[in-house]
Order: sequence, then structure tokens, then C-alpha cells
Amino acid sequence: MIVRIFDIVIAGLLMGGIYSLIAMGLSLQYGVAKVLNIAHGEFIMIGALLTWTVYTAFGINPLVSLAICGPVTFILGFLIYRTVFTRLRTSSPSPAVFEANAMLAAFGLFFVIENIGLIIWGAGMRGYSYLNVGVNFLGTVFAANRLVALLTALVIGVIFYVVIMRTRLGKAIRAAAEDPVAAGLMGVNINQVLALCFGFGALLAGFAGVLVSMCYPIYATMGLEYTLIAIIVVVLGGLGSIPGSFIGGFILGLIGSIVSSWQPSLSIAAYYVLFMLLLLVKPTGILGK
Amino acid sequence: MTAFTSKRFLVPGLVSLILLILLATSPLYISSYNVILLAAILMYIVLTVSWAFFSGPTGYISLATAAFFGVGLYTTAVLGKALPLLAVVAAGGLVSFVLALLVGAITLRLRGIYFAIFTFGLVELIKHILLFWEITVTGTRGRFVVLVGNTTIYYVVFGILVLLMLTVYFVRRSKFGLAMQSIGDNEDAAAHMGVNVTLVKVITFAVSAFFIGAVGAIMATRWTYIDPYVAFNPLFSFLPVLMAIFGGMGQLYGPVIGAAIFAYLEELLLTKFPYYYMLIFGIILVVVILYLPDGLIGLIQRLRQRWQKGGLTGKHANT
Amino acid sequence: MRILEGEKVTKYFGGLAALSDVNFHIDEGEIVGLIGPNGAGKTTLFNLISGALVTKSGTIKFKDEKITGLKPYQICRLGVARTFQSVKIFANMPALDNALVGSFFGTPTSMSSADAAREAIESLELVGLSAARAIPARDLTLANQKRLEVARALATKPELLLLDELMAGLNHTEMAEAMELVTELRDKGITIFMIEHVMKAIMGICDRIMVLHHGENIAEGTPREIAANKTVIEVYLGA
Repeated sequence: MIVRIFDIVIAGLLMGGIYSLIAMGLSLQYGVAKVLNIAHGEFIMIGALLTWTVYTAFGINPLVSLAICGPVTFILGFLIYRTVFTRLRTSSPSPAVFEANAMLAAFGLFFVIENIGLIIWGAGMRGYSYLNVGVNFLGTVFAANRLVALLTALVIGVIFYVVIMRTRLGKAIRAAAEDPVAAGLMGVNINQVLALCFGFGALLAGFAGVLVSMCYPIYATMGLEYTLIAIIVVVLGGLGSIPGSFIGGFILGLIGSIVSSWQPSLSIAAYYVLFMLLLLVKPTGILGK
Repeated sequence: MTAFTSKRFLVPGLVSLILLILLATSPLYISSYNVILLAAILMYIVLTVSWAFFSGPTGYISLATAAFFGVGLYTTAVLGKALPLLAVVAAGGLVSFVLALLVGAITLRLRGIYFAIFTFGLVELIKHILLFWEITVTGTRGRFVVLVGNTTIYYVVFGILVLLMLTVYFVRRSKFGLAMQSIGDNEDAAAHMGVNVTLVKVITFAVSAFFIGAVGAIMATRWTYIDPYVAFNPLFSFLPVLMAIFGGMGQLYGPVIGAAIFAYLEELLLTKFPYYYMLIFGIILVVVILYLPDGLIGLIQRLRQRWQKGGLTGKHANT
Repeated sequence: MRILEGEKVTKYFGGLAALSDVNFHIDEGEIVGLIGPNGAGKTTLFNLISGALVTKSGTIKFKDEKITGLKPYQICRLGVARTFQSVKIFANMPALDNALVGSFFGTPTSMSSADAAREAIESLELVGLSAARAIPARDLTLANQKRLEVARALATKPELLLLDELMAGLNHTEMAEAMELVTELRDKGITIFMIEHVMKAIMGICDRIMVLHHGENIAEGTPREIAANKTVIEVYLGA
């Protein structure tokens, strides 16, 4: 019985690590750049399928792929922000209008990127075998790849946290999140910072994609589900709170694990029930303002 | 509320009447293939106008069109021949109506972003619930749908469209329409002037969902096989948004024109270039949001103004 | 009769107390002014009265009925109307339609279309905007937009009217006209509660003045009393 609970908890934490990464990425994009990026999951898909391609074609270790896919998704996100959303920011008469238009533009981008994925990789499922061995940890057997994924996710999360909290760039980002106008007046190059934030969000998504590809089957239309999960975690943690996203990711991972142990196909429904309860009781989330 | 001069009324009124007659009699003189093509175009017009009916005036962006459409599709798949066709269509509309009431009650009290997020995920949620239901409860995957003649499909869709246009027309000019517009202009102020904003939003949302569900119910008969993946496709949330924004949200006929154009394009390109056309549509949406926020209609109006100004004196006729 | 009464009204924004234990009352037929430095909590108090915000604790009563916890549209229909500091007209509607929203939805008893239309036209007349009735609200001057807000509020047939910085942005002539309008409204039987920064207006037409500072009610009295009040003088001129 205890072993069973332990199983569920660890599995939940494993998934939670990935959820945290994607949620923190989305939180950066929405909390700072004010873009509700519905195409967020597509960057995960790119990270995942790119890793697969690189692994099957060149035999490159997925952890090394982090260094390949990361820059790709980062640059993609950065460029997209510079071309699409910077222009939208200047042409929108109010922040509310920008928020709505940015979301719709992201919706369009969702279709663009997903279909590029479909064209390149087709609609079928892909997967590869990496570290698919059992590891004995505290009396239970876990797949090595999942443990590696969890550790990597935690490392990335910590590095990210340190950057946000301790570096000058991090300060600029937090200032831009609080008050873009004031930050601009204080000498922060707002357009640059916002584009970087969006890029970082895509970066985290790309990393998450690499990790996902290590453990699960992947396919070109996988992005949507992850986008939804990221959104639910971000709302759970509090819109605009990055620490909230971090914690929320693990909470959702645990809930998913618990529900999965009973009925695997109902985890999305469970997340949505949680989402509905949140909206009814505390829409601002755990750590939200 | 404001008076129309009879001239403004005459031209659009006449055009609409002619179109109406043409559409009503078309199965008599066009091929069966074109009848179903036209039905699909009319379906997209219903989806687009229904979407714009709610999201336009209130400013709340609904991404749930696919969910209501899918619910309509599934209602027909489930009911089959149990009821006469029109009752099945009405049932599809009603189930969507009730669903929209629930969703609206939960989310329309909150800021628009929560509503958009919730509606966005609704498609996936319902899909997963139905998958679960089919796997664990009924043990089947997907359902086969009764076949109905092309002409029948056409006339039902046409009927739904006419009903929708009448509804939109009369609501816009009613007290309710005034309330809707006040919410879109300034929701805070509207609430303070006695408008029960949540109720108005929820009802409008539910009414638009009714039409989306009804048209889904009849279009189900065009596909022979329906399963959760087929029925709940985000594309049906995306296309109405693209069509309405491309056409232009300012006037009623903006979404109609946008829907007609893209519905035709989609039918043309669907079989030959499935992924490419969706990609291009996505790019078009982004381009339109960036450079053509008033849509095609807005562009034409602006071009007209410039042409008129240039033609008269060349001076700025500005206030 | 006490038309409006507030007891220990408190509101927090995060850890900051916007209003603490504020008590106030307004009698029928009065014009009461609400003054205080920026950030004192004046608009917050209005927001609590009109239902835009919810109190942390304390009660507000309108005509002896508790209104704390009610939604804005319900409070409006009971007879409380307001204008806004940042003008919130319905920009894309003609002026007449703006007022119509008020007369259609905000009145204590529902009206027929004809009656509502008449009410809306009368409200526009009262504020001097009859000629502008077909003009889209966004094309009006600021002074006229403010008048429109008043007309719209009047169309709901209120017994209590909350005016939030009506004088802001008006020149001398416009201000004199506004002051005249306010006294006219009171003479018609509407009680007025007004937030103002412009001292001339406050001192000129108010029967009583309430002073807020850091969320607390620090003084209350006739304009003369307030002008001579040491605490008030310190707050405005001092540290």
C-alpha cells in the first residue's frame, strides 16, 4: 500500500517537473510579455520532434539535444515576438485590446507551426529508446530516462529561478512585468526585454519537449494538450506568478498521477474539473495577486 | 434605435432579398455536388455569424465554436433515427444551448482572458470525456450516422441560416441589443446603469451556441462516421474567427463575406493540400490581425473614403 | 431621513488599508462634498457604495436597507447612480442611446419604450445636450462627455447621485455651469454626494463636507467649519 502511494507520488513528481517547465515558460510569456501564447505547446512539439530527428539520424544523445533544440526554439520565439507581437503592441490602442489580439495571433501561429510540423514529420507517432532501463531507487524500480528527465527539469528550473532572481537581466524582466512604462523610463530596453522573455518561454518549452521525447511517444499534434496543461497550471499558480507556476506544475503532476492510477484517460478531465473549481472559487490562483 | 433613412435601407434590403430567392431555389438548377458545396459554405456562414454575434458586441472571444459544433454532430450520431430530422437538429441546438449556459455561468463573471482560456480547452475536454465514455462505458469507438439526401441537408442549413439572420437582425435593434452594445463599449458603466451584464452575456452566448449546435447536428449527416477525433476539431473554432476578422467585424455582412470566401477556399484546397492550406490560413489570420484589423470591409470603406476625398477637393474633411 | 449611511466601512488592497472604519451619513436633500488628498480613498468609497468593489468589513445602507454585497446593477435600480473619474461613456453610441441605457435598465420600475425614450430625452435636456443627441459619444468634447455621464445617470431616476470629480478638466465657464446644474438637481429632489479637488466648487455649493485622509474620516462639517479646521489645513498644506 505504502509502495503504491510512493509510486504514484514519484510518477506525479516526474510529470510535474515537465509541467513546471512549460508553465514557467508560459508564465514568462503571459506575465511579462502579456501574450497568452496558445501556440506554446507547438514549441514543445518542435523540441520533441527535433530531438527525435537528431537522435535517429545522427545518434546524438538527447541531453546534448538540449543544447541544439534550446537555441532553435529560443530564436524562433524571439523572432516571432519581434516580428508579430512588437508590431501588435504599438498598433493596439489599449492593453486589453493587445491581450485579445495577441491571443488571436497566437491562435493563428498555433495552426502555422502545427501544420509545419505535420508537413515535416507527418501525422504518425514517433518515439525512440533512450535509457529505457530500470533503476532501483528507494526500493522501487523506475525507468532511468524518467529520473534523468526529472533531474534535468529540476536543474533547469533552479537555473532559471536564479537567473530571474539574482541577475540584472532577471531584474529587468521583473521590472518589465510589474510596470513596462516605468521600467522603460528607468532605462530598460522594453522591446528587447519582452522579446527575450518570449524567447525564454519558448526555450523552456523546447527543453520540456526534449525531456518529453525521452520518456513518451511524440507526434506532430501533441502541442495542444500541453498548451492546455500549461494554461491550467499558470492559472492554478496565479496568473503572472512564476514561483506559482513552478509549484502548480508539481501539484497538477501529482493530481494527474493519482487520477491516472485509477483511470488513465480521465486525467485531462480531472485537470479541467480543478480548473473549473479554481474559476469558481479563486480565479487568482494560489500565489496570484 | 437610430432611424434609418429609407435609402440606406433600400439597397442592402433588395440585395438580400435577391440573394435569398437565389439561394432558396438553387437546388433546382445546380448539380448535386454544388448543392452540398453551397451547404458547406452556408454552414460556415452560420458558424461565423453566430460567433460574431456574441464575440463582436461583448468583446469576449469565444474559442468554443468547435465544442458546440461537435456537440451538435454527436447529438445526431447518438439520436440517429430515434426522432424526426428536424427534432434531432433542434436537439443538437438545445444541448449546445444548455452547455453554453453552464460554461457561461462559470466563466462570464470573470475577465475575458479566463473565458477565452476556458472555451479554448473545452474542445479537448469534451473530446476526452467522450473517448473515455466510449472506451469504458459503451465499448464502441465512433458511430455511424444515418444518411440524408443532399437537398434536405441544404434546405435545413439554409433554414438555420435564415433563422439566425432574423435573430441577429431583430436582437441588434432591440433593448437586449442595446444592452449588448453597452457591455461592449464599457462593461463597468453598463453594470452601473442597471444592466445585468452577466445575464446578458450568458444568454447571448447560449443563443449563439444554439445555432452552432443545430448546424452541427445537420452537417453530421454529411459524414458517415463520427468519432471524438473527427467531431471535436479545433479547426472549427479557428475558421469562424479567421472568417469574421478577415471579413470585418464592423458590419453584419463582413463575417458573411469572409465566411463565403474562406469556405470556398477550404473546400477547394482541403483534399489536395490538407496541411498547406491550414498553414496559409494561419498566416492569413496573423497578417490580418497585424495589418487589417477592420477586415476586408474596413479596408474597402477606408479606400472609398480616400477615393471620395481625393475626388472632391483633395482637402482633409476632418472634424 | 438618512438616505445613505456607512458604518465602520473598511477596504484593503493587499496589505494596504484603503479605508479603515469609516463612518458617514448623508441626509436626504443634501449636497455633501468628499475631499482629501490623492490616495485618501475617496473613489474607493464611491466604488464600495456603488457595488464596484466589495467591503472587507462594515456595512453601507441606502434608505435603511443594506446594500453592501449587492451587484452594481441592483444598487443602481434601487436609486443610486454615479459618474466616473475617468469618463466611461459608451463611446460608439449616439448621446441619446447612452441615456437610453440608463432609462431602459437602471430605473426602479421598468418602463415602456416610449417612456424610456422620453426620460432619456429629458435627461439630455436637463444637462443641455439636446442638440447633440445623435452625435456619437466619442466625438463630444470632454465637458460634454461629462455632461453626458450625468444625463445617463439621471436617466436611471436616482434618488442619490454620486459625482466623481465632475469639475476636473473644466474651464471657468464650464465649471460655473456644472455647479449650477448640481444645485438644480438638488432642487429637483436628488441628493448629491460629490468628490472634488476644486475647492471653489466644494465651498460654493456643498451643505456639508467630509474629509478623508489615508483612508480615515478626519473631519466633517459645514464648509466654514472645514475651512477653519486645523487638522484639515495641516493635511493639505503641511507635511
